[in-house]
Amino acid sequence: MAGVADGTNGAGKPPPAIELRGVSKAFGLVQANKNIDLVVEPGTVHGIIGENGAGKSTLMNILYGLHRADSGEMIINGAATPIHSSADAIACGIGMVHQHFMLVPNFSVLENVMLGSEGGMLLAEGREETLATLKKLADEYGMTVEPDALAGDLPVGLQQRVEIIKALKGGAKILILDEPTGVLTPQEAVSLFKILDTLKADGVTILLITHKLEEIMAATDTVSIMRQGEMVGHRATAETDPEELAELMVGRKVLLRVDRGTSAPGDVKLKVEGLGCTSPERGRLISDIAFEVRGGEILGVAGIAGNGQSELLEALAGMRPPDEGSIQILGQSITADGHTDPQTMRGVGLAHIPEDRHKFGLVLGFEARENAILGYHYAAQTGTGRLINTGAVTTHCQGLMQAHDVRPDNPHLTAKNFSGGNQQKLVIARELDASPQVLIVGQPTRGVDIGAIEFIHKELIALRDQGAAILLVSVELEEVLGLADRIMVMNNGQQVGIIDRAEADEQTLGLMMAGIAPGEAA
Amino acid sequence: MSATPPLPRWADLFLLPALNLLAAFFVCGLIVLAIGENPITALGVMLKGAFIFPGSLGYTLYYTTNFIFTGLAVAVAFHAMMFNIGGEGQAYIGGLGAGLVSLWLAQYMPSLIVLPLAVIGAALFGAAWGIVPGYLQAKRGSHIVITTIMFNFIAASLMVWLLAGPLIEPGQMSPQTPKFDAAGQLPSVQAILGAVGIKVANSPLNLSFLIALAALFGFWVLIWRTRLGYEIRTVGQNPEAARYAGINVPRVVIITLAISGALAGLMATNEILGVQHRVVLNFTAGYGFTGIAVALMGRNHPIGIFLASLLFGALYQGGAELDFEFQSITREMVLLIQGMIILFSGALAYMFNPPVARLLARFAAKREAAHV
Repeated sequence: MAGVADGTNGAGKPPPAIELRGVSKAFGLVQANKNIDLVVEPGTVHGIIGENGAGKSTLMNILYGLHRADSGEMIINGAATPIHSSADAIACGIGMVHQHFMLVPNFSVLENVMLGSEGGMLLAEGREETLATLKKLADEYGMTVEPDALAGDLPVGLQQRVEIIKALKGGAKILILDEPTGVLTPQEAVSLFKILDTLKADGVTILLITHKLEEIMAATDTVSIMRQGEMVGHRATAETDPEELAELMVGRKVLLRVDRGTSAPGDVKLKVEGLGCTSPERGRLISDIAFEVRGGEILGVAGIAGNGQSELLEALAGMRPPDEGSIQILGQSITADGHTDPQTMRGVGLAHIPEDRHKFGLVLGFEARENAILGYHYAAQTGTGRLINTGAVTTHCQGLMQAHDVRPDNPHLTAKNFSGGNQQKLVIARELDASPQVLIVGQPTRGVDIGAIEFIHKELIALRDQGAAILLVSVELEEVLGLADRIMVMNNGQQVGIIDRAEADEQTLGLMMAGIAPGEAA
Repeated sequence: MSATPPLPRWADLFLLPALNLLAAFFVCGLIVLAIGENPITALGVMLKGAFIFPGSLGYTLYYTTNFIFTGLAVAVAFHAMMFNIGGEGQAYIGGLGAGLVSLWLAQYMPSLIVLPLAVIGAALFGAAWGIVPGYLQAKRGSHIVITTIMFNFIAASLMVWLLAGPLIEPGQMSPQTPKFDAAGQLPSVQAILGAVGIKVANSPLNLSFLIALAALFGFWVLIWRTRLGYEIRTVGQNPEAARYAGINVPRVVIITLAISGALAGLMATNEILGVQHRVVLNFTAGYGFTGIAVALMGRNHPIGIFLASLLFGALYQGGAELDFEFQSITREMVLLIQGMIILFSGALAYMFNPPVARLLARFAAKREAAHV
C-alpha cells in the first residue's frame, strides 16, 4: 500500500485508519460483497471504483453501520470495532456524505447541521455550539456557508458542503463520499477536491466512491477496484492509468472513447425556434431555445443537471406542450396547432431515449417483451385490431435482444431483473428499431457499466452515419465531448450558446455551464 | 435496499395464500375452542354445509357468482393502481339499471330480448356510477378512494328514495319494486337442468353464474391480450412511462373505472335478475366490500379470483350452516370468522412474505451449495 501522506509517524507507523478483513454480505441469493479486504492508511484519499452493482455502496453502508456484514472484521484505527448502527460509526469518527443529499430543504443551514445534536429541550444551547462548529470549520478548511440561508435555496455545490460539514461536525476523522461529483459543475468539483486536500492535510482519511476514472486519477493517493462484489485489485494511483483501471473494473479491455469518425451533415431534420415552456407550479422552465440538427450530425446538449435539459427533451418528445415557439421535424411543423403528443412525434419519425429509464423508459414490472413495445403498442406488427399478438411480440423482442446484445436474451424476464446496462440497451433497441429520422437521447449511459457504454456509443455513432439527426443531452462532459459534432450549453432554462466540437474544451464548457457565454469571459 | 429476497412466483401465488388461510383458520379454531366447541367438528359441519348437503353447492356457487363480479371489479381497477371501494354502490346502481329494463320491457317482449338488455342495463348503470369518480380522479385529482366511498352513500340514499317513492310497488308498504314479469327473470340452474331431465336440489343458482365465468375469461383477455389492457397495466405500474409512451392517462383511468363499475353492476344480474326478480333494498349486502378481499387474495388474476370467490362463497354458505347446527355459534360468530379470513388474506396478505422468502432463499442457497 501507499505510504502515509503526512509526516506524523515519528514513533513508528500508525495503524491503518480502516482495515477490513474478509467482509462478506449477502442479500438473499445475491452475494453483494465477497470476502473483502481493504486497508486505508490515515490521512490519505483512497478511491473505490467499480461499476454499478459492484458492491461499492454496500461496502460503504457496512462501514457506516447501515448494513451488517454477515462475516468479517472491521478494525478502525487499530482497534477491532463492531459497527452495528450509524451511531456506532459516528462514535468511531466515521462520517458519510451520501450520493443523494439528506438535507431538509426548508430548514436553514444551521438547523440542518444541528439535526441530531440539538442539545437539550431548548434549541438555543445547541445553536451556539453549532454556530461555533460552523465557524471553526469555515476557518480551518475554508468551508464557508451562510448559516441562515435555507438549504433548499443553496446551489448544489454548497448543499454538498453542508453535507460535509454535517459529517465532520462530530469530529469525524474518516469521511466517506459516495459519488460526490455526480451533481457538480467541473468548477464545483475542483473546489470540492480543494477542500478534500485541506482535510487530508489535517489528517482526515477520505474514502471516495466513484465510477469516474478521471476523478480517481486526479484526487486519490491509492485506489481499490471492485467487480461483482469482489475486490479485484489495489493500486497506488501514481502507478496506474485509466486503461488499467477500466480493464480491472470490467474484466476485459475496453475502449474508453469510441472512434467518432467524420460526420457528413445533410439536410436539416430537426429545427427548433424560440421554444419555451412554463409550468403552473415551477414557472418558466425553458425559453428561447433555437437550434437545428442536420441528418448525420449529433448535437450535444451540455449543462448541469436541472438547467432545463429534461424539459427540452420532454417538449421535443411531445410530453410537455410548449407554450411558445415551434418544432419542425423533416420540414413539417409539429407545433402548428398548439398540440403535441408522443404518439404524433413517433408518427413523424422521432424516437426518444429518455433520461431516466426507470421513470419513463421502462415499466419495471413488465416482461422485456412488453417493454419492447412501449410506445409502439398500437403498431401494426404488435397485433390486429384491439388485440395484441403475444407471439409476434415475443419474436420481435427476441430479435431486438439479439441485434442489440441485450443479455440475457430472454423476452419473458421482468425488466427489473436486467442489469442497468442491459435495461438501457433494451430501451435503445426499441427506439432504434423504429429507424428514426430524428433521435433525441437523454443521459444514454447514466448508471451503465463501462462495457455497455462502449456499445451504446457505437450504436449512436452508427445511427448518425445512417443519416439520422441526433440530439444528445448528457451531464457527463466526457460523453458530450466524445460524441457530439456541435455542442449547445444550457443554463437556467436558456441556451448559453452553441459551439463546434473543435472549439470546445472542458474549461470553455464549464464557464458556459455557469452561464457565461463564450466571449463574455474576458 | 430491502433485506427481503424476492419470492418465487409459485410461492406468491399459492404458498402465501394457503398460509394466510391456514393462519386464519387456526385463529378461528382457537375462538371456537374458547367458546367450548370442537373446531374440527365445526370445520366438518362447515364443509358439509358448503358442498355436500343437497342444494348446498348451488348456494355456494350463488354466493361465488357475486364475489366473482365484485372481485373482478376491484381487480381491474387495481391493474390501473386505482383503489375502487365503490363496488357496493356501483352494484346497487347496476341493480337499478337491470331492474328498470326488466320492469319496463318484460311486459312487452320475450326474455331473449329483455334479458340481454337487462344485463347491459346493469353494466351500463354500474359503469356510469364508476365513471364519475374516475373522471374526478383523472381530470380534477379528487382521490378515488374518497369519491367512491362517497358514491356508495349517494347510491344508498338514492335507492332508498326511489324504492320508497317513485318505484315502489303500488299498494305495498315494503320499499321494493313490483316483481318482474317472467320474461325479465334470469332462469335458475334448477329450472334449466330440470327441463333437460336432470333433477337437482333447490338453490338460487342461476344463469348469471355463466355470465360470471364469461367475465372471468373476458377479464383475462382484456388485461393480458388487448392494447387497452396493456395501457391499463402500464398506467398502473408506471404512469410516467405511460405518458412517455403517449398513452392518454386520464382517458385510460376513466375507461378503467367504467369497466370496473360495469363489472360491479353485473353483480345485480345474479341478485336482481336471477334471485329477487325485483329491486329490493340493500341487496348488495356488503358483497362489494368483500370484493376487495377477493381481489387481494386472488392476486388480481381471474383464476385466483375464482378460487377466492369460491372460498368466500363456501364461507358464507358453510357459515350459515354453523349458525344452524351449533347452539353456541351465532350468526355474529360466523361473521367474526369471515372477518378473520378477510383480515389474514386481505389486510395482512403479505405478513408471511419476509419469513417465507428468507426461508426459501436459504433452501435455495443450500441446494446450490450441495450441487457445487
